[in-house]
Formats: sequence, C-alpha cells, structure tokens
Amino acid sequence: MQIPSAILTLVIGMVLALGGLWIGQNINLLPIDASANAPIYDELFKVLFTIGSILFIGIVGLLVFSLIRFRRRSGQLGDGLAIEGNLPLEIFWTAVPAVVVLFVGLYSYDIYDRMGGMVPLAHDHMGGAHDEQIWGGISSGSIESAAATNALPVEVTAMQFAFLFHYPEGDITSGELHVPADRPITLRMEAKDVIHAFWVPEFRLKQDVIPGQPTQLSFTPTRTGRYPIVCAELCGPYHGGMRSTVVVESPEDWDSWYRDNAKAAPEDETLTIANA
Amino acid sequence: MTISLPPETSSPPRLQPSGWLRYFSFSVDHKVIGLQYLVCGFVFYLIGGALAGAIRTELTSPVSDFMARDVYNQVLTLHGTVMIFLWIVPVVNGAFGNYLIPFYVGARDMAFPRLNAVAFWLIPPAGLMLITSYFLTGAAQSGWTAYPPLSITTPATGQIIWILSVLLLGGSSIFGGINFIATILKLRRPGLKLMQLPMYCWAMLGTSILVVLSTPVLAGTLVLLSFDIVAHTGFFNPTLGGNVVVYQHLFWFYSHPAVYIMVLPAFGLVSEILPVHARKPLFGYVTMVYSIMAIVVLGLIVWAHHMFTSGTPPWMRLFFTIATAFIAVPTGIKFFNWLATLWGGRISLNSAMLFSCGFIVNFVLGGITGVALAQVPFDIHVHDTYFVVAHFHYIVFGGSVFVIFASIYHWYPKFTGRMLNEDLGRLHCALTFIGFNLCFGPQHWLGLNGMPRRVAEYDPQFTLINQISSVGALLMAISTLPFLWNVIHSALSGPVAGDNPWKALTPEWLTSSPPPVENWIGEAPLVEEPYGYGVPPDELDLTATSGRDLWSSGK
Repeated sequence: MQIPSAILTLVIGMVLALGGLWIGQNINLLPIDASANAPIYDELFKVLFTIGSILFIGIVGLLVFSLIRFRRRSGQLGDGLAIEGNLPLEIFWTAVPAVVVLFVGLYSYDIYDRMGGMVPLAHDHMGGAHDEQIWGGISSGSIESAAATNALPVEVTAMQFAFLFHYPEGDITSGELHVPADRPITLRMEAKDVIHAFWVPEFRLKQDVIPGQPTQLSFTPTRTGRYPIVCAELCGPYHGGMRSTVVVESPEDWDSWYRDNAKAAPEDETLTIANA
Repeated sequence: MTISLPPETSSPPRLQPSGWLRYFSFSVDHKVIGLQYLVCGFVFYLIGGALAGAIRTELTSPVSDFMARDVYNQVLTLHGTVMIFLWIVPVVNGAFGNYLIPFYVGARDMAFPRLNAVAFWLIPPAGLMLITSYFLTGAAQSGWTAYPPLSITTPATGQIIWILSVLLLGGSSIFGGINFIATILKLRRPGLKLMQLPMYCWAMLGTSILVVLSTPVLAGTLVLLSFDIVAHTGFFNPTLGGNVVVYQHLFWFYSHPAVYIMVLPAFGLVSEILPVHARKPLFGYVTMVYSIMAIVVLGLIVWAHHMFTSGTPPWMRLFFTIATAFIAVPTGIKFFNWLATLWGGRISLNSAMLFSCGFIVNFVLGGITGVALAQVPFDIHVHDTYFVVAHFHYIVFGGSVFVIFASIYHWYPKFTGRMLNEDLGRLHCALTFIGFNLCFGPQHWLGLNGMPRRVAEYDPQFTLINQISSVGALLMAISTLPFLWNVIHSALSGPVAGDNPWKALTPEWLTSSPPPVENWIGEAPLVEEPYGYGVPPDELDLTATSGRDLWSSGK
C-alpha cells in the first residue's frame, strides 16, 4: 500500500524544521562576542539563520525534486497538466511569508531596542540647550542608565587614514582605543575630511563617522582582549589600511593606563609629576 | 488607369542598410536595436569581467601588491559602473525589451523607433568615455555610489567624466522606459487585452515606471554633485554648509529601484522561459501581475535601508526595515509560482531551463540574506562588508546574469535561425554555477568576520577564503569560453532551427527565424493565451500517460 502523501509531507516538513534548527544552533559563522550587545545580536542571527536555512533547503529541495521527478524522459511527447493556478494555495503562500516577515520585523525591533538603538540620544534630554545635533547611532542600554552607570565619554576623530581617540576627562589623545571592561562607553564621533565608518566586528557595531554631522555610539565591552577597529566606508586609496585597535582591559589595568597618561585631572597631578 | 512602373524601381531603394551593416547603423528596426543592445552589453560584460578579475587578483594576497591603491579604487568604480549601467540594465531592459515587446503586443515596431535608436546610440559613446577616462586622466575612484565628500576631493576630471557618462546612460534608460510604456499601453493589437499579455510585458511595464520615476532623481543629484566639483557650490560639501547624507538619500532613491530595474525584467524573462520548457501554463498569472506591481510600489519606499549606519533617526530605520522585509512577500509569490509551474511538467533539462533553475537557487539565497540585511541590528554589523558584496552579487549576477544567459539560450534560435550546441551550453551552465557559488558563497563568511568591502588590503587571517573566492572567479572567467565559441560557431554552422523549435505559443515564435522586417508577413497573430500549454486533467490521453500521472492529477 502507498504511504499517503500527506504523511510524507508532514515528515519532510518536520525533518526540515529540525534540520534548520540544528543548523541555526550549531553552525557558528560569527567571530567571538566582546560587548554587551553582541550576544543579543547573535540571538537574532541564530533565528534568521534557522529560518533562512529552512526556506533555502526547502525551496532548493523542491526544485531539485521537480527537475528529477518531472524531467522529460526519452520518448515522452505530451505536455504537462494544464494547471493555471490554485487560489487557496496562492493565498496560503502569500500569508505564510507575510506572517514570517512580520514576526522577524517585530523580533528584530525588539533586539534593536535591547541593543539601545531606539533610545533617544543624549541631546534630547538637554532641554533646550543649544547643543549641536547628534545624528543617530546606538545609545547605551537605557535612558536612565547613561548617567547612573558612569559612562566613559571618548571623542573619536576620523581622518584619512586614521582614528584618533581623545579622553576629555583626562585630556588623553591616543591612536588606540583603551576601554575598561563592563563600563559603558560613549563615543562621540566626527570626521575631518570624508565619510568613514567605525566598526568593531567583535562588538557587532558600526556607525558612520560623517563630516559636519557628529554621530554617537555607545557600547559596553565585556571581554578583555585586543579587537580590530575597521574603517568600513570607502575613504580613499588607503581605506583598506585604515585600521586601529580597541584594547579592552580589566578595570584595574585600565585605571593604571589612564592614570599614566592623564594630564589634566588635578588629583592626578602629583602622580604624573612623581612618575616623571 | 494603370501606370507601368519603370523596371529599375521594382526593388525600391532601401532607407536602411541591409545585411550585417545594419547592426552598425542608426537602424530603427526594434530587432536590430535589441541585438545591438545585447552585443554591445556583452562587450562591456567582458570588460567589466576583466576588471573583476583584476580585483580578485589583487585580493589573492592580503597586501596591496598587484596594482596601486588609487588604481584599485578606479578599477572597483569602473567594475560597478560598467556592470550595472552598461551590461545588466541595457541588456535586461534594452536588448530583450526591444526585441520581444513589439512581438508580444502584436506591433510591427516600438512606439517611437527613432527615439529607440537614439537611446541605444547614447550607450557606446558613454561607455567609451567611461573606459577611456581611465587611460587619459584616471577614472573616478569614489565607487559607483560616488558619495561626497570623497567624490568631491578625489581627482575631478575622472569624476566629471563618470558623471557625464552616467547621465548619458540614465538618459538612454529614460528614453527606453518611455518607449516601453507607450508601446505596451498604446500599441497593442486590437483585441488583445492587458491581462492576456505575456508576463514579460508586465515586468517591463513595472520596470519602465520605476525608470521614469526614479532615474531623473539620480540625474538631478549628479548634476548637483558636478556643480559641487566644478563650480564649488556647497550642496553636498560639509565645509560649505552642505549635507552629505542628503546625497545618500537622493542617490539611493534611484539606486534601490535600480535593483528592481535589473531584476524585474529578469523575473519576466524567466516567466516566459519556464512554461515553454516545462510544457505547462504559467502558474498564477494574476497573482504574478499583482506581485510585480507590489514590488514596483514597495521598491520606491525602501531606499534608506542602504543608510542604516549613516545618521538616520530610529523611526526611519524601523519604517524602512518593515517596508524592505515586505518586498519578500510579492517576490516569494513569484518564486512559489515558478516552482508550481515546474511541478508536474514535462521538463526539458536544456541550457535555458538549467540557467533558469540556477537563477532560482541563487536568487532565493540572495533574497534570504536580503531579508536579513533589512533588519537594522543585523545590518549594523555587516553593512559595507563582504557580506553585502556577496548578497548583491547573488541578486544581480546569480539572478539577472543567469537569466540573461538562459534567455540567450532560449531566444538564440529566433535571433539567428540556428540552434546552439546543448552540450556546450550545459557545460557553460555548470561552470558558471560552480564558479559563481565558489566565488561569492565564502564572501558571506568574510563579511560576518570582519572584512569590509572596497579594500585592497585586508587582515591576513582572511587570505585562504579570499583565494578560494578568486579561484571561483577564475572558473567564471573560463566559463565564458565555451559560451563564446558556441555562439560564434553556431551562428555560422549550427543546425537550422526552423520557425518554432520549442513549440512555443508566444507571438515571436509565430513568424520566421530570424523574423522579417516588421515582424510578420501579413496580419499580426492574436495570441489570447500565451501560456496555453498542457492538457486539461480530464482530457489526458490514456495511451500516452503512465499511472503515476493519473495518480498525481488526482484521478
């Protein structure tokens, strides 16, 4: 007796869904995560990878099956069946992708919110202060935390073909970005000449650095180590060489680096002299 | 009273050159213009391919050692510009549109034949100008996107020539678009209804609407950019109070629809090819038409997804995420319809069919990564990386270029009256498919792991994957050799095709191969069912079918 096609379809669908889930959970295509929002990003990536694998394998499987099963065998003359459409089927495959897309959209909105993307930027709270407008970027975790968690401000200047980091509180200027682990960092970025982009793959963050329009980027590094900072916007002949390093250090190591290099802070003056 | 004509005027003097010379003339025959577009586009494809080869050669090592860094930026700018404006857009629109649309609407030519010839003859000088700028002054080096302030600060001559060339090509595209809209809406044979047109007409109607609405915006933007460069105005120059992000909005208002200008005609061509070789009607004609129009409308309101990392406010990011992701719905309908067209057919596994199926595989992958890229948090990590490079090559090469090849294998018998060699065709398809996936598949990983696009040098940890990708590019270059041999050899000595080798029903096959000037001797045929293939389930010829066919048809 033939196995009813409904059961075969069900089994294939289940295998496909489980296979997609396995692929999404077990194949890792991303570099290590080193900031608080990287694991959130990876969560989204796994969901998208799972859905994408199911769709891709399903569609390619169906295509290959059709090509083999319905190929014209030698000696066959006639046409296929004259099926011009099937309205319920067409409604079904309009509705299902619409629901999936809507789900993915709302889910990624939630992810983006958790990464701090929907938080109003700092200037919105300045209450009429005649400050320069900040143009987009990702803020730190939540609105009230920005002040409470003692975010470290760093000014980033991008130019052909280097990044410069300036710590306004200690008046340090550095070619490498030194940051303490587990403390929110707020980068205020400006470009001198053309558009650049600040990208740290291990932080899963990127923000264009635009001449004439300051942008802001907040993140909390979580894993100590040295990670590349990459310019991701074509900025001229040496674009490929425009790289730097972000050094994530333990808070103690970072403190000693900071104190060794700080100039302006009054309580550090004796220390600087002592070192000199 | 009859006047006896002098014998020497019995063959009237021809206004148009005949023979091979007409392909180099200002011909107004839509078929000649179509082939002019096709061959001219293919020449530029070879040039663009050579540029791609130079890029992949540079990237076989992590240091910049094959060419100077500014030359590398010129090469990548030329590669993008040539492939988009001189190969894919002119060929999927101009070449096949001009050749096929008058047949499909039952007309003897396009609505404005002279405008049509003008539109084509803008292309060779524009292309020539673009390529020679490299040898004369150095080409533009700010990428095909020409973002200011980089495009304002790099050498001006190359950038201005680039702008002039793109303006000419945009003009050509607009002329073509107006012509297609007029032909499809106004030149239909009496009795032929809109909903009886072959699907490619709908695709070209939608595409032409996009061309006419969005290309002028690009033209205006580039004119402003050239003012900034030449006259030192400050539209996009931040040191003079200009705004660089405004340029990006204006640029992408054209250049995102440009993606649909490159793929919608390809969707239309596939919809013509699959039913013929699967011997089945096109599944879901009406939903196909509506999904094309939905793509046109949605395609116009998604441009800012190219700018998620440029300073855009959060609400804007959210809107463009949802709008972009929803394009997957009408696009998905089309793919499911094609799969349903194949299901239960009598599929000939020839080159046209295999290239079409390669297109489906590649485009589905490109579409899936596209939906992922539409999600702001996902995009923030991979924007401007090799992930994006892989994604859009899966769309424009894996999609449009595969369809161009499928279409050449499908319509070559009509163009020339001779058949192509199928074995060489299948070899071409296999090499292209393997080479393409080897070249661009690994680039997804490169982008996710930290390699930005448009770089001549990169982190040495990516060397191996880049070398694999370059091997794939080499394979793609080799794959054009059997194709070129096949096309040239078959044109001279291929087997004679006859009028209708595929037993197709659309009007271009209901005339001789190659067709006469003005397309038909006598009246144009009225084709009300362009996809009337197949046997109704209740009229299956029992002697010619197997039990499985009966079972699968539900009997």
